[in-house]
Amino acid sequence: MSENRIGVAKTYKLYIGGAFPRSESGRSYPVSDAKGAFLANAAQGSRKDARDAVAAARKAFPGWSGATAYNRGQVLYRVAEVLEGRREQFAAEVAAAEGVALKKAQQLVDAAVDRWVWYAGWTDKVATVLGAANPVAGPYFSFSVPEPTGVVAVLAPQQSSLLGLVSAVAPVVATGNTAVVVASADRPLPAVTLSEVLATSDVPGGVVNVLTGRTEEIAPWLASHADVNALDLTGAPEALRAELERSAAGTVKRVLRPRPSEDYLREPDLGRLRAFVESKTVWHPVGT
Amino acid sequence: MAAPSTSPSLPPSLADAVRDDASLRRFLHGLPGVDQVGVEQRAAGLGTRSIKKASKLWAIDAAIGMVDLTTLEGADTAGKVRSLCAKARRPDPDNPDVPRVAAVCVYPDMVATAKQELDGTGIQIASVATAFPSGRSTLKVKLEDTAFAVESGATEIDMVIDRGAFLSGRYGQVFDEIVQIKHACGDAHLKVILETGELATYDNVRRASWLALLAGGDFIKTSTGKVSPAATLPVTQVMLQAVRDWHTATGERRGVKPAGGIRSTKDAIKHLVAVHEVAGPEWLNPHLFRFGASTLLNDLLMQRRTQLAGHYSGPDYVTVD
Amino acid sequence: MWEYAPAPESRDIANLKPNYRMFVDGEFVEGGGEPLKSVNPGTGEVLAEVSTAAPADVDRAVKAARRAYDRVWGRMPGAERAKYIFRIARLIQERGRELAVLESLDNGKPIKESRDVDVPTAAAHFFYHAGWADKLGYAGYGPDPRPLGVAGQVIPWNFPLLMAAWKIAPALACGNTVVLKPAETTPLTALVLAEIIQQAELPPGVVNILPGAGDVGAAVVAHPDVDKVAFTGSTEVGKLIQRQLAGTGKKLTLELGGKAANIVFDDAPLDQAVEGIVNGIFFNQGHVCCAGSRLLVQESVAEELLDKLRTRVSTLRVGDPLDKNTDVGAINSAEQLARIQELTASGEAEGAQRWTSSCPLPDKGFYFAPTVFSNVSQAMRIAREEIFGPVLSVLTFRTPDEAVAKANNTPYGLSAGVWTEKGSRILWAAQKMRAGVVWANTFNRFDPTAPFGGYQESGFGREGGRTGLEAYLDV
Repeated sequence: MSENRIGVAKTYKLYIGGAFPRSESGRSYPVSDAKGAFLANAAQGSRKDARDAVAAARKAFPGWSGATAYNRGQVLYRVAEVLEGRREQFAAEVAAAEGVALKKAQQLVDAAVDRWVWYAGWTDKVATVLGAANPVAGPYFSFSVPEPTGVVAVLAPQQSSLLGLVSAVAPVVATGNTAVVVASADRPLPAVTLSEVLATSDVPGGVVNVLTGRTEEIAPWLASHADVNALDLTGAPEALRAELERSAAGTVKRVLRPRPSEDYLREPDLGRLRAFVESKTVWHPVGT
Repeated sequence: MAAPSTSPSLPPSLADAVRDDASLRRFLHGLPGVDQVGVEQRAAGLGTRSIKKASKLWAIDAAIGMVDLTTLEGADTAGKVRSLCAKARRPDPDNPDVPRVAAVCVYPDMVATAKQELDGTGIQIASVATAFPSGRSTLKVKLEDTAFAVESGATEIDMVIDRGAFLSGRYGQVFDEIVQIKHACGDAHLKVILETGELATYDNVRRASWLALLAGGDFIKTSTGKVSPAATLPVTQVMLQAVRDWHTATGERRGVKPAGGIRSTKDAIKHLVAVHEVAGPEWLNPHLFRFGASTLLNDLLMQRRTQLAGHYSGPDYVTVD
Repeated sequence: MWEYAPAPESRDIANLKPNYRMFVDGEFVEGGGEPLKSVNPGTGEVLAEVSTAAPADVDRAVKAARRAYDRVWGRMPGAERAKYIFRIARLIQERGRELAVLESLDNGKPIKESRDVDVPTAAAHFFYHAGWADKLGYAGYGPDPRPLGVAGQVIPWNFPLLMAAWKIAPALACGNTVVLKPAETTPLTALVLAEIIQQAELPPGVVNILPGAGDVGAAVVAHPDVDKVAFTGSTEVGKLIQRQLAGTGKKLTLELGGKAANIVFDDAPLDQAVEGIVNGIFFNQGHVCCAGSRLLVQESVAEELLDKLRTRVSTLRVGDPLDKNTDVGAINSAEQLARIQELTASGEAEGAQRWTSSCPLPDKGFYFAPTVFSNVSQAMRIAREEIFGPVLSVLTFRTPDEAVAKANNTPYGLSAGVWTEKGSRILWAAQKMRAGVVWANTFNRFDPTAPFGGYQESGFGREGGRTGLEAYLDV
């Protein structure tokens, strides 16, 4: 092979319903590395792309939420496997996006792989840990189980382009929700590449949908969308948070507010798993 | 199973049910189930009705008029039965306005004695029959037992079903037996004792109730009084639902008799509330509802005195029998 | 015919006073707001005058709660908090009859329900949560979960005492202090609960109770020093609160409206299903957020079931809430009665077939006879809007999938019922229904150990059980 071979540049597209469309708006925007050098043009997702992504997520919800927890665990573990195989590519993308040294980027990628593994193990334990048999005072058997909330809009962290993204998305889908993710606006490329991983690792189309573009443009449409059940504000621009919360109130969405600071390298607690599940209590009489 | 010709006449929708063993089984198992917790909860709810003043007095008199005053002891003698009949005629000698009881209930060999005592009073003479209380004998013996009681003057026969046959799923056999006993009764009314304490589940109580109604029983009765639990409010309620549903299906009203275990006025009134609200007010009538009891009567009489006198009465003021 | 003689519980038992005052910092004090008159919906007569909170009173109450949190309650060992809460449970039991009669007077619910459900369940909630106070480290929220601080709580008029218990008990157990606003039309039992809290010698300021209308609730919710807001009430107001709290960082739980489906399959235990349907919609006059207001019945048994249902509903006794034989009491207010009348009129206008029990109604007070609409379609208002009254809408279905699709076809998701004797179908339906509580072969059961709360627009957060503690912990 020639030393001077011209590389083939990738077109970074959206990920909706298992497919990689361009934005319906036809728009794209330039993405630079941490030093300001041009990396690529990313699709600039629009209101209608958000709408399509929500529709895809809703369509995927019955199948994904109805899958066995064991099956979801295997799928999430498969994501880790495929991601592991592309460590070098992700490390390069993360280093470019976040401006960290390659070694640091590798650490972040490894942590992202491990995060999928961690949540893969949670899928079939969350009901044990959050559910209960309720010792009610009467001749009834009563139990409570956590169920997925539904379609969750995730505003991914703006800084942590891969590990933060995975830390937000994995718990959402681990419990059976489907997600519409708005990637970091300025660091979207690892998210698009992660979409390729998802597309090739048994995650059914529509379970995770990834939009790139301007968070402040897309987020309000998701916050007000009546078919979105919950909203993760982690990557919401600070000035926009209150307004997004107000919009979310229109259909009583569950809202996860950003924590003051989050060190994604540390092992998470259960907070993100609890945020997007509904406790369902079932009663039945006990008798002959 | 007996040929249809010996079966009672039934509307077409129900005639199919008794065509053969398999149809009967399908029908009984096709009845809606009874949820234990639900039926007991409803019974407990009915039990919280607060019956006071005039409505209580009405209930006491109604209950007295529904009593099948019963003695079913190995030690029964003519003297005991005569004294019971006297009590039936005049439950409270101090208060002649107290209604008479509905019937006196005795073993077949005591029927003749009871008849002497009760002739012309309008009080019915009920006799247990069919190898009471276990029902463990041949059909021949049971038919003879019944015929003997009827010939001795019984106007009502309280038969027991073959619980062994019922529990082993031989519904046709139970059905045939009831049909034949009914035939042997002639003009006497037939009460079919299900012995619900041995049937164990409410589903069985409902099935046995329908079985007895299909076979022509005039009354369905909970218990012999020899098995515990005997009559309970939820069991009575399931049976009241059966006669109500029977009425919906056929337009015909059949009776219910809880027996055994109802000793207090309070219990009796709870049962009347169930009759009133589950079957309907039409059933508040000795032709359609009876209490099989012995000690209940005196508690009703004491409570009646309390209601009228405004102070509590005591056992020395009512006659022991 | 056998008529039950009136069997009224004596209203003297309620120890009704002509005036009630708000409870702030351990004392009963006059509020600066316009006093309200609490009306007995059973007769339409004024029961008592109740002082209400002005904005300055809200501030005082929140300050008192903050002080109590900082100085006493927030740092008290859980085992000590527990004993205070156990005391409250016992005192409610001891004064149960008084509370029951007062509740029926103020709210209009039948005495048998206030006596057998509201009051005992309120005591049970305190008893249950008391035991958590020193065991929070075992609840699954880390080794030492911390309280949030001051909880602002706003409750509705349908279960005045019980809702106060649902709110206050977990808040206290987790170490928070409370400012609670009872509903405008039913403030009295919450103020007797305040007396009980005094008798239990809780430190001043741990619980503050501020009667008043919506403006007082809004002020409590909006107060900058309130850390947590819990609201039970309409979805409309819930949305306003969620909007109002946007960007404040206050933790919020909402328990809102519902339009529950009660699904009856053809193999159901029909007589008990009838009881469950009756309990589901006529319990508490249908003033229940989780009421089974939509009956979905399989077509093959629809006629039989409806016949049984009408017969059963005809036996319901509507009238004096204090009469021990009353099954359906008074509608809580003239305003609510008007809303029920308006919605039932819309049902008729939209072509549903109305059947109303011919039971006699009292001449005074606010009453509405039990009503069943058949031939209802999903598009009608009576199938979509929460009526919050004794009105049932009946729809039919042919297959299990259709039943569940209709049941879930609502923005609400609080509760659901399913009746069938087929075990696998029960579990299937329970899984498919998007509702926080699914009652199978029963309805309207409540227990402090069993989490309660909604999906979607029925709110978020749970009350009861281990799960319910999350609402009052900083996790």
